[in-house]
Amino acid sequence: MTTATAPAVDSEETTRNRRRPARPGTGAGRPGFAWAAPAAVFFGLFALVPLLLVVVLSFTRWNGLGSPEFAGLENWNKLLDDPVMVKSLWLSLVLTVLGVLVQTPLSILLGVWAAGHQRNRAVLSAIYFVPLLLSITAVSVLWRALLDPNFGIPSQATWLFGDGNLFGVQTSALGVLVLVSTWQFTPLHTLLYQGATRAIPQVLYQAAQIDGAGRVRQFFHITLPQLRNTVVTSTILMVVGGLTTFDTVLILTQGGPGTDTTNSAYYMYQKAFKSFDFGMASAIALLLVLVASLVSLVMVRLSGYDKMRSTMEGV
Amino acid sequence: MRRRPNHLAGFGSLVWLFVVGLPLYVMLVATFQTRADYAANGPLGLPENLTLDNYINDLNDGFAQYFLNTVVVTVAVVGLVLLLVPPLAYAIVRSDGKATGRVFRLFLLGLAIPSQAVIVPMFYLINEAGLYDNLIGVILPTAAFAMPVCVLILTGVMRDITPELYEAMTVDGASTWRIFRQLVLPLSKGGLSTVVVFSSLQAWNGFLFPLVLTQSSENKVITMGLYDFQTEHGVDIPGLLAAVVLSMLPVLLVYLFARRALVQGLMGVGGK
Repeated sequence: MTTATAPAVDSEETTRNRRRPARPGTGAGRPGFAWAAPAAVFFGLFALVPLLLVVVLSFTRWNGLGSPEFAGLENWNKLLDDPVMVKSLWLSLVLTVLGVLVQTPLSILLGVWAAGHQRNRAVLSAIYFVPLLLSITAVSVLWRALLDPNFGIPSQATWLFGDGNLFGVQTSALGVLVLVSTWQFTPLHTLLYQGATRAIPQVLYQAAQIDGAGRVRQFFHITLPQLRNTVVTSTILMVVGGLTTFDTVLILTQGGPGTDTTNSAYYMYQKAFKSFDFGMASAIALLLVLVASLVSLVMVRLSGYDKMRSTMEGV
Repeated sequence: MRRRPNHLAGFGSLVWLFVVGLPLYVMLVATFQTRADYAANGPLGLPENLTLDNYINDLNDGFAQYFLNTVVVTVAVVGLVLLLVPPLAYAIVRSDGKATGRVFRLFLLGLAIPSQAVIVPMFYLINEAGLYDNLIGVILPTAAFAMPVCVLILTGVMRDITPELYEAMTVDGASTWRIFRQLVLPLSKGGLSTVVVFSSLQAWNGFLFPLVLTQSSENKVITMGLYDFQTEHGVDIPGLLAAVVLSMLPVLLVYLFARRALVQGLMGVGGK
């Protein structure tokens, strides 16, 4: 931090004299609630009210015209009986797990590599970062064009890709979705791991070197254990992002072939803006929020992250 | 410390450079070719005749308008965030009332709301407010969803201002407003620039709210322009990719000249 610490600190004595207990409410020069109110009202109106409304709408019938009618548990019953819904939850899970399994090792390796202070690493890291700057829309459109069945790269390499249509089969369509997310979001996680690696105390490595541990052993016995908190943070981001993946599905596969890549977020969009069943869509949205929060919570608990176990133990 | 050069890592880093660079290279090369040439050369072929026609056609086919709309949305979102968040962050850090603490917790809760989850009620609300297919209808939710991270950034920075500075100004009889303007804002510059970068990226790259809240081509933002181009003339790959490049151009320029601020803005971390 450079800006805020610039002014010199007062002498010890004056500091102590001035530390009076705060007088509630009357504190001269202290901002009152009026300073917080405009932002609070604005945020409440456009973020918290919609969140409450999604709960209310999930118990209504509404086709986008007129006003929503109360429908009790109708949407929720339909949801449980809907085979596409069950399949979409399964697909969301598959996409999320694949995303975590591919991106985590990649971004740990890249992050540890980028943590080195060599000049070439800094330059390459700056290039690696570019995909993250682009909108998900731009990245999806770009990859759709690159993998186009008629004019794209697969059409040039039929020995590898068969008929060149990666979007026609479930396995390769899912693969494309994972690939595109990985291409775009690996830099974000790489940056997290880079920061965490730089924070590892150098003494640990010096001690390991004296003990004769090689590069690989240092990685597995020092670097990885020291990164465990970052693994949790990064995985939670991947899980929440993975479960709510929507733009890539819309642009790359439109949920197809058939419903073979229709994950829950895309199914919700379809229910709302293609079938105009807004009540059902709200129920799916609510389910997604609940699942995402639950998964994050479980991960935080299981990993002991909430107890903030220090990585400095024994240092 | 002397270390052997790590050849394996060096090789891996070049592989990743290839993975990241190849799509960007193919994209750039494609945009300077005619459709016929691109079809003949293939995505990996070398171009013979370079042309700027794809860019010119895109700009004439509405992308100039979409570009302008996106600028309007971005400026408005940044403006709203700058107007609302600094006073809030100041109150959270310095107020001794309980209410502001509760407000802060609401914003932390807001961090966990994915925008996908609220598109249906947002559609309902914006419709009821008569703002459907209006850029204002896009600006308001986009600003609201950019706010939690901005609040987190600014409270972090403002907490680092030492209490002595506030007290010195209070002793001098400065009003809350004067303290805010002459002490808090100048000392939060780093955080404010991160907030500007973060919120403008959110607005510039935003897709979901424009997708469900706008319709007509005069209210299209650039991401919507890309999406519609792809669904309508997906076979014109050079034209499509030129539009993709146009949409990235401002962000890439900022990246070239203010990389640090941009990276911090993207990560949503404080002005440190």
